[in-house]
Amino acid sequence: MSESLLINLSIIILFLPLAGFIKVVLFGKKFPKLYLLEVAIISIAFALSVFVMYSKLAYYNTKDIIGAFTWISTGNAPFSDVLNIELGIKIDNVTVIMLFVVNLISMLVHIYSIEYMRGDKRYTRYFSYLGIFTFSMLGIVLTHNLLMMYIFWELVGLSSYLLIGFWFEKKSAADAAKKAFIVNRIGDIGMFIGILILFTSYKTFTFDTIFAQIAAGNLPFGSSAWLTAAGILVFMGAVGKSAQFPLHVWLPDAMEGPTPVSALIHAATMVAAGVYLVTRIFVMLTADAMLVIAVVGAFTSLIAATIALTQNDIKKVLAYSTVSQLGYMIMSLGVGAYVFAFFHLVTHAFFKACLFLGSGSVIHSMHHEQDIRNMGGLKKKMPVTYWTFLISTIAISGVPLTSGFLSKDGILAGTLAFGKLTGHWLIPIIGFTVAALTAFYMFRLVILTFHGEPRDHHKFDHAHESPLVMIAPLAVLATLSIFIFYTPNPLSPDAGWFMSSWVKTPEQVTPVDTRFDFLKPSAENIHGGHHGEIVHSVLYTETMHWAHYPAMILSLVVAGLGILTAFMFYQWKKINVDKLIENKFTNALYRGSLNKWKIDEAYDATAINGTLQTGSGLSWFDQKIVDGAVNGSARLTRIVSKISGWFDTYAVDGFVNFTAFFSGFIGLSFRKLQTGKVQTYIVLVVFSVIILLLFFKPF
Amino acid sequence: MFQVGLTHFLVVSTILFSLGIYGIVTRKNAVMVLMGIELILNAANINFIAFAKYGNFGLNGQIIALFVIILAAAEAAIALAIVLNTYKTFSNVNVDEIDKLKE
Repeated sequence: MSESLLINLSIIILFLPLAGFIKVVLFGKKFPKLYLLEVAIISIAFALSVFVMYSKLAYYNTKDIIGAFTWISTGNAPFSDVLNIELGIKIDNVTVIMLFVVNLISMLVHIYSIEYMRGDKRYTRYFSYLGIFTFSMLGIVLTHNLLMMYIFWELVGLSSYLLIGFWFEKKSAADAAKKAFIVNRIGDIGMFIGILILFTSYKTFTFDTIFAQIAAGNLPFGSSAWLTAAGILVFMGAVGKSAQFPLHVWLPDAMEGPTPVSALIHAATMVAAGVYLVTRIFVMLTADAMLVIAVVGAFTSLIAATIALTQNDIKKVLAYSTVSQLGYMIMSLGVGAYVFAFFHLVTHAFFKACLFLGSGSVIHSMHHEQDIRNMGGLKKKMPVTYWTFLISTIAISGVPLTSGFLSKDGILAGTLAFGKLTGHWLIPIIGFTVAALTAFYMFRLVILTFHGEPRDHHKFDHAHESPLVMIAPLAVLATLSIFIFYTPNPLSPDAGWFMSSWVKTPEQVTPVDTRFDFLKPSAENIHGGHHGEIVHSVLYTETMHWAHYPAMILSLVVAGLGILTAFMFYQWKKINVDKLIENKFTNALYRGSLNKWKIDEAYDATAINGTLQTGSGLSWFDQKIVDGAVNGSARLTRIVSKISGWFDTYAVDGFVNFTAFFSGFIGLSFRKLQTGKVQTYIVLVVFSVIILLLFFKPF
Repeated sequence: MFQVGLTHFLVVSTILFSLGIYGIVTRKNAVMVLMGIELILNAANINFIAFAKYGNFGLNGQIIALFVIILAAAEAAIALAIVLNTYKTFSNVNVDEIDKLKE
C-alpha cells in the first residue's frame, strides 16, 4: 500500500466519470444502452474510493498524501518573479470521506435514474451530464490548490446549469438554470478576487504553501485586515455555491431539474462544496472572518427554515430545508466547530439525498404531482418509500439513534460554547430555533404526504410503489442515517471513530492576536497535541464539555416540540391551522413565509431592475447622445456639402456653362455669315470694297 | 466732234465688270460663274489697254494684258477641271448646293 498507489487510484477515480461522459457524448446516439456503461463506471469509481478511503484511514491516518507537479513555470522571465503554478491532489481524511460520499451518492443516483428517467428523450445525455458532474465534484474534493479548485468549481456550476435546465423546453426550467448560473457568478467573483489576493501575495495557489506562509507571519500586503478580506471573499464562493443568504435564491428554483439531480447536486454534494471549501480554508480564517461566516450561516438557516414552514411543493420544502441545513454547517464552521460541520455535511448528504430520492419516488408514482395538498395517505401504497422517508426525517429532525442527532447536537453544542465564550448568544438561540422549525416542517411534510386520507383520489388510485432500482438506493441511504455507522454510543459522537480518529480540527495558522481566544493554543497544552491538530485551551475544552449536555437536552426538547406541534396541527388536527392564520399578526407572518419574504421580488426591484434601468439608460445615452453626436456631425457634413454642391452646380458650373453658352451664342450668330456659298461671299466682298472705297476715298 | 477718250473705255470696262459680277452672283451653274470671272478679267484688260494708250506708262499695260489673257486661259483650264471634279463628286455643278464647307 504505497502512497503513490493511492495517488494513482485517486486520479483514476477522478477521470473515470469523465471517460464515461466522453463515451456517452461520442457514442450515446449509436448505442442507446451505453448509459449502463456509465453506471458501471461510476460503480467502479465507488469501489475504488472505498478502497482508497480504507487504506488512507487505516494506514496513513495522520499523514496528508500529496501528489503534485509543476504545471507552469515562467523561469526568470523579464518583469516578473519566478512563477511556479502547481497542479496536484491532496489526500487527507476529509478528502477520502468526501470521495466516498460523492461516489456513493452519485452511484445510487445513477442507479435510481435508470428507472426514474426512463423514456426521456435525452436519456443518454442525462447520464453523460451526471458523469461530468461527478468528475467536476471529485476534482473539487481532490485538488490541493485554489486554481484547480476554482476551475472545478466553475465546472460543477456548468454541470449544475446543464442539469437544472435539462428540460429546457419548460421556460421555468430554462430560467432557473440561468438564475442559478448568474447568482453563482456573483459569489464566484468574490472567490476569484479572494484567490487573487492570496496569489499576488504568495505567488502560489497551493493550500499548504499559502498556509505555511501565513503561519510564518507573512500576511497578504502585510496586514491581517487583508487576510480577513481574503477569507471573506473566498467564502463568497461558498455563499453562492452553498446557497447562503443573500445568494440562496437560486437553489429553490433549481428544483426545476430532474429530482435525482436535485438529490445529487442540489442536496448532497455540489451545494456542500461550499462547506468543503470553507473547511479547506478554515485554518486561515481570522476571528472577524469567522464571525461573518457564523452570522451568514445562522441568518441563512433561520430565514430558510421559516420559508420551509409554509411551502406546498414537496421539493421546495426540501430545498429550503437544504438551504437551512447548509446554513447550519456554515454557522458551525464560523463558530469553530470544524469537525461537527464536516460531520453534518456527511450525515446530511445521506439523509437529504434519501429525502429527495424519496420525494422523487412519490412524484414518479403520482405522475409528476408535486403539491403536497394533493397527496396524503401514501403510506399504505408506498411502504418502502414511506419508511425510508420517515427515517431520514427523524434523522434531519435530530432524534436520538440517528446520524442527524449526532451531528446537529454537536453543532448546537459548538454554538452554545461559542455563545458562552464570546458573548454572541444570538447564534445558539437561532440554532435551537432552527432545530425546532426543522422538526416541525419535516414532520408536516411527512404527515401531509403519507398520513391521513388521500386528498386526490384519482391520483392516489394510480399511485404505486416504485420499482426495486428506485427503492434500493433509498434503503441504502436510510440505513446510513443510523447512528451505528458513526459511533457506538447513540448519544455522543465523541467516542465514535468519525470524531475520535478520522477528522480533527486543524490548527489555525492566522496570527495569534487575530484568533478567537478559544482558538489560541494554550501555554500548558502546547506540547501535548499531535502535529497539525488544534490544541484547544482548557477553557474551550471545559466549555465544550459544559455545553454538551445542555445542548443535547435543549435540542431534544425543541425537536420534540417541533414534532409534537406538527402532529397537533396536521395529524390529530387539535389546532386548526386555518384559524391560526386568521389573526392579523400571524397572517402577516404566514404570508411573508409563503412568499419567501419577497426576497426574489426585492431582487427584481433592486438588482435586476436596477441593471435593466442602467442598461436602458446607457442605451438611451448611446442612442441619443453618442449616436446623436455622430448623426449630428453627419448631418452637418451633409448640409455643408449641400451648400458647397449648390455653389459648384450653380456658381462654378454656371460660370463655365455661361462661358460655353456665350461662345456658342457668338458662334451661332456669326455662323449665319458663313453660308458656304461662294456667291454670297463675292457679293459681300464687292460691297465691302465699295464701302471701303467710299470711306477712304483714295482718289 | 465726238472724241472717244479714256472715259469711254473706263465706262465700257465698268459695265463689263458689273455684268461679270452680276453673272457670278446670280448664276447657279458653276460654268456660268466662270464665264462671269472671264468677263471681269476682260474688263480689267480693257482698263490696262486704255491706260496704256492714254497714260504715260509705256507698253507696260499691254504686256500685263497679255499676261492676263494667258492667266485667264490657265485659270479657265484649272477651274473647268475643278468643275468637272465637282460634278464627279456631287453629280451637280450648282454652286448653291455645294456648301459642304459650311458644315
